Amino acid sequence: MSVKQPTRSIEAELARPGHRLQVTQQFKLDCGVDLAPFTIAYQTYGQLNAKRSNAILACHALTGDQYLAEPHPITGNPGWWSTLCGPGKVLDTERYFIICANVLGGCMGTSGPQDIDPATGEPWGLSFPVITIGDMVRAQRLLIDHLGIDTLFCVIGGSMGGMQVVQWAAMFPERVFAAVPIATAARHSAQNIAFHEVGRQAIMADPEWCGGAYLKKGSRPARGLAVARMAAHITYLSEPALHRKFGRNLQNRQAVTYGFDADFQVESYLRHQGITFVDRFDANSYLYITRACDYFDLAAEHGGVLANAFRDTKTRFCVISFTSDWLYPTAENRAIVHALNAAGANVSFVEIATDKGHDAFLLEEKEFFATLGGFLTGCAEHRGLT
Amino acid sequence: MSPDGNSSRNGTRNGFRGTALSVDIRSDLRLIAEMVTPGSRVLDIGCGDGALLAHLARAKQVDGRGMELSQSGVNACVSHGLPVIQGDADGDLDDYPSDTFDYAILSQTLQATRNPRLVIGNLVRIGRRAIVSFPNFGHWRIRANLLFNGRMPVTPLLNQAWYDTPNIHLCTIKDFVALCLELGITIERSLTLDRAGQPFALDPVGGLANLLAEQGLFLLRRRKN
Repeated sequence: MSVKQPTRSIEAELARPGHRLQVTQQFKLDCGVDLAPFTIAYQTYGQLNAKRSNAILACHALTGDQYLAEPHPITGNPGWWSTLCGPGKVLDTERYFIICANVLGGCMGTSGPQDIDPATGEPWGLSFPVITIGDMVRAQRLLIDHLGIDTLFCVIGGSMGGMQVVQWAAMFPERVFAAVPIATAARHSAQNIAFHEVGRQAIMADPEWCGGAYLKKGSRPARGLAVARMAAHITYLSEPALHRKFGRNLQNRQAVTYGFDADFQVESYLRHQGITFVDRFDANSYLYITRACDYFDLAAEHGGVLANAFRDTKTRFCVISFTSDWLYPTAENRAIVHALNAAGANVSFVEIATDKGHDAFLLEEKEFFATLGGFLTGCAEHRGLT
Repeated sequence: MSPDGNSSRNGTRNGFRGTALSVDIRSDLRLIAEMVTPGSRVLDIGCGDGALLAHLARAKQVDGRGMELSQSGVNACVSHGLPVIQGDADGDLDDYPSDTFDYAILSQTLQATRNPRLVIGNLVRIGRRAIVSFPNFGHWRIRANLLFNGRMPVTPLLNQAWYDTPNIHLCTIKDFVALCLELGITIERSLTLDRAGQPFALDPVGGLANLLAEQGLFLLRRRKN
């Protein structure tokens, strides 16, 4: 498999204008390290109203970033939620102020392992401290403070973004009016951890990874990262969706070649997914962010009882899952719903019928949009937003 | 839970059309609503498109929650701002702590549950009171149908053939009263209804009600220990 060099480097993107918050105050991570000073990169859409009551924080998934509703600066692709967010859309930029920040440990401007460690003047690499979902949320809280927002109208996100949503609701309940965790889980299962470990091992098995010091050595573990992406990408889809799209169709040929070229369309597709991913993502970032997901276990932070995480919450919840999602299946989402019920919370839950797998949360699904739109409108009425 | 997520579990109830926004609600739902104290906390299990919840919120300032199996029902509720979870009486009541609600309502759904005994126990546990309505299988027309035709009865309330019906645990009013007695449940109020949901002036505990009523509607409370 050939891996082309990136057309534009991540470093070039960092030099581009975009919103940046420089944090200089002490910031103690779960692992005990003080990360300060560090940077949070974020984008916003719409206008914050005078009461600062219409802010929605959208939390991105593992390989997402802050470019939610605008073309990606490296790939040029539409923002990851551009179908959902915009004027007159479900996340209506004429009504709400939408904030999306690159997570801690990320590689699109927020501090992560590819940045320069001020102590050494060299890229952090593996000396960057291990971060958690809780750390990501605490960093976002600094951003919300910085923007002068007392209570977020809504915190929303899918997959790892959903983990941040439930973490927000558990950690800062008085600052979250409504919460929408989508296609997510309150903890990473053994299977979730296992798939992440495959990805990490693929990266670390690439000789170009250089024990994590590839930036210092001027190399890049592109092959390892591409394989990690390929394996992960399969978990984002469903068997019927993959088969419908590709079946056993051959790639630009009439017969199999009796070799290991990409005979099948699905192989070619996965290789493309892997190759394009390395243009926009840092391999060490992938290690750190997958680790943050693996360490996530919200119940464990609350005496082993998930309901305790939401005790006395006033937040309105809407949990959404997808029938064909086997990465964060309905049962995991329902566990959050049951805990919220046990805590007496105001919760709605819907399982959307779709065969598009985990990725359905990024796609235009009519019932998903209708449910979410209805929920937000109902909440907006209670919040007095017009 | 039915894996198809769209079973006709609540088909009986959904058979009576009304939208969450309509002002008129089914007469049996109106009778249920009359039993609910204003400003109370209510869980409506098998809430359909949310007609009762919307009515309770509007007319009685009730803090209502719903549970519904069908995706269309849940979507109708959530998109009208009603908090509803997709789930059913058999699988999703265990996690609620005791006395979470003032009323747990199960309307025209009991006969479609897998374990009605456990469901009723859960209703009076999570609600300080429970309101249950169900079709009476002891009604004379059903009895006559079986006696003279020898076929499984199909009535306006039980309108599906035996091979199609989601109703797997049908009971008579007498059966229900006996189960309440067995479970130590106090019947605080009871109404017998005709097929249109209009109340009869009959004592439900008497044998005549079991013969003449097409539906039973009960306000229950668990006996204090």
